[in-house]
Amino acid sequence: MSWQKSLSSTIGRKIMMSLSGILLILFLAGHVSGNMTLLLGKADAFNAYAHFMSTNPAVQVIANVFKLFFVGHIFYAILLTRQNKKARGGEAYKVSNKDGSSVSKYMGVLGSVIGVFLVIHLSQYWAVMHEYAGTIGTTTVDGVQMKDLYSVVATSYQNPMIVGGYVVSMIILAYHLWHGFASAFQTLGINNKRYTPVISFVGKAYSIIVPLLFAAIPVAMFING
Amino acid sequence: MAGETINIKLKIWRQAGQGKPGKFESYEVNDVSVDMSFLEMLDVLNENELKKGNDPVHFDHDCREGICGMCSLYINGKPHGPKHGITTCQLHMRTFKNGETIVVEPWRASAFPVLKDLMVDRTAFERIQQAGGYVTISTGGVPDANEIAIPKTVADEAMDAAQCIGCGACVAACKNASAMLFTAAKVSQLAVLPQGKAERKRRALAMLEQHDSEGFGACTNTGACEAVCPKEISITHIARLNREFTRAAFSGSETDYTN
Ligand code: SF4
Ligand code: FES
Repeated sequence: MSWQKSLSSTIGRKIMMSLSGILLILFLAGHVSGNMTLLLGKADAFNAYAHFMSTNPAVQVIANVFKLFFVGHIFYAILLTRQNKKARGGEAYKVSNKDGSSVSKYMGVLGSVIGVFLVIHLSQYWAVMHEYAGTIGTTTVDGVQMKDLYSVVATSYQNPMIVGGYVVSMIILAYHLWHGFASAFQTLGINNKRYTPVISFVGKAYSIIVPLLFAAIPVAMFING
Repeated sequence: MAGETINIKLKIWRQAGQGKPGKFESYEVNDVSVDMSFLEMLDVLNENELKKGNDPVHFDHDCREGICGMCSLYINGKPHGPKHGITTCQLHMRTFKNGETIVVEPWRASAFPVLKDLMVDRTAFERIQQAGGYVTISTGGVPDANEIAIPKTVADEAMDAAQCIGCGACVAACKNASAMLFTAAKVSQLAVLPQGKAERKRRALAMLEQHDSEGFGACTNTGACEAVCPKEISITHIARLNREFTRAAFSGSETDYTN
């Protein structure tokens, strides 16, 4: 079987969904740990972190690879959804079936909301940081002059609409991960008595803890004023 | 000795033939013995309809004891009805309440076109099987029993998969009309045994390729299939199919096995 044929088969496409999903899960872990500087209220540490992330050449390479995973995850999701809708056929059941994981039935909807969140999120911070939009001041940390992303973030989190939207998006993300984390391993064929209980426990813990930490940041910054 | 009986209402999908438009028709069947199976109740309905000169409701059946996989029927939103781990022919009317309305639909999936009423074409499953669901055997003298040592746990695993009767309930329940549970069961029952391992790569690739070309969907690990499977085939077999496919597709050493 050629590479092209393998990758365009149902399982091949699912493997691409799964691998890109697992790497995006890792991305979230990296992102949330950097953001902990915000939760701890360390403006200089956050700015130094943002400066490093936007200037370090190795990080730039990794960031571009992650962009590919995002695009790939969305691309394969669209391909598979189209294929699955076609397979289901035109005539719908009069009484629909309620069996199985209900979260899994809404992965596309949940993912689309996350996609919308991502566009807004990037336009608010990433685009400003890279001076594609908005204005950003400068600050000096340890004698190095750098952009003051902290002030941009702190200002935005005084807006209850932004804070609310962020929290809702993180709840949606939690649901997406709730199914996605363990599902990615099932797709890779990792389902056995030894690992599956660990994977599903870690998956559930991860899908609560990571979005919770993300959501805690704007809420804490809003409360602290 | 007259046992307990109930009266029921039915809403049944009627369709004159493949590609023809269909619609639901309402029926009433009275004095149904609760000891009857669902199919026997349909037999009663059909006798009544025949007496009235109407076209009987077409449905598939054969063994009527849960082993052949011919019976189907999507009853009140569940393939094989509301009970767990049984086929429609094993479903008894005592499951239903007096006066209840039961909605009966055919399996729905692009790869399972309706032939008439509740009968669908499931030959796609046969083509998946023919693509690789077998072991190539050079016939010769009869080998000694137990010549090949197979641990009990492995034999049990193969037997669990081999329980699949090819009914198609997994496809009917799946939101993606995926036949992964069926294909996985047919790959698994051979993949774990020494006799089956010799052709595992060719088998996994060929059966998945056939699965896809029949127009079944991809698995989203929703698990509706294992919930409705009358033989309680587990989705751990789908994980095995994924492994079998991955090792075959990416190891590259047996690509010449494909057509
Ligand atoms: S896996 Fe279960 S539901 Fe699917 S065809 Fe086999 S017996 Fe029927
Ligand atoms: S008729 Fe054979 S399994 Fe139901």
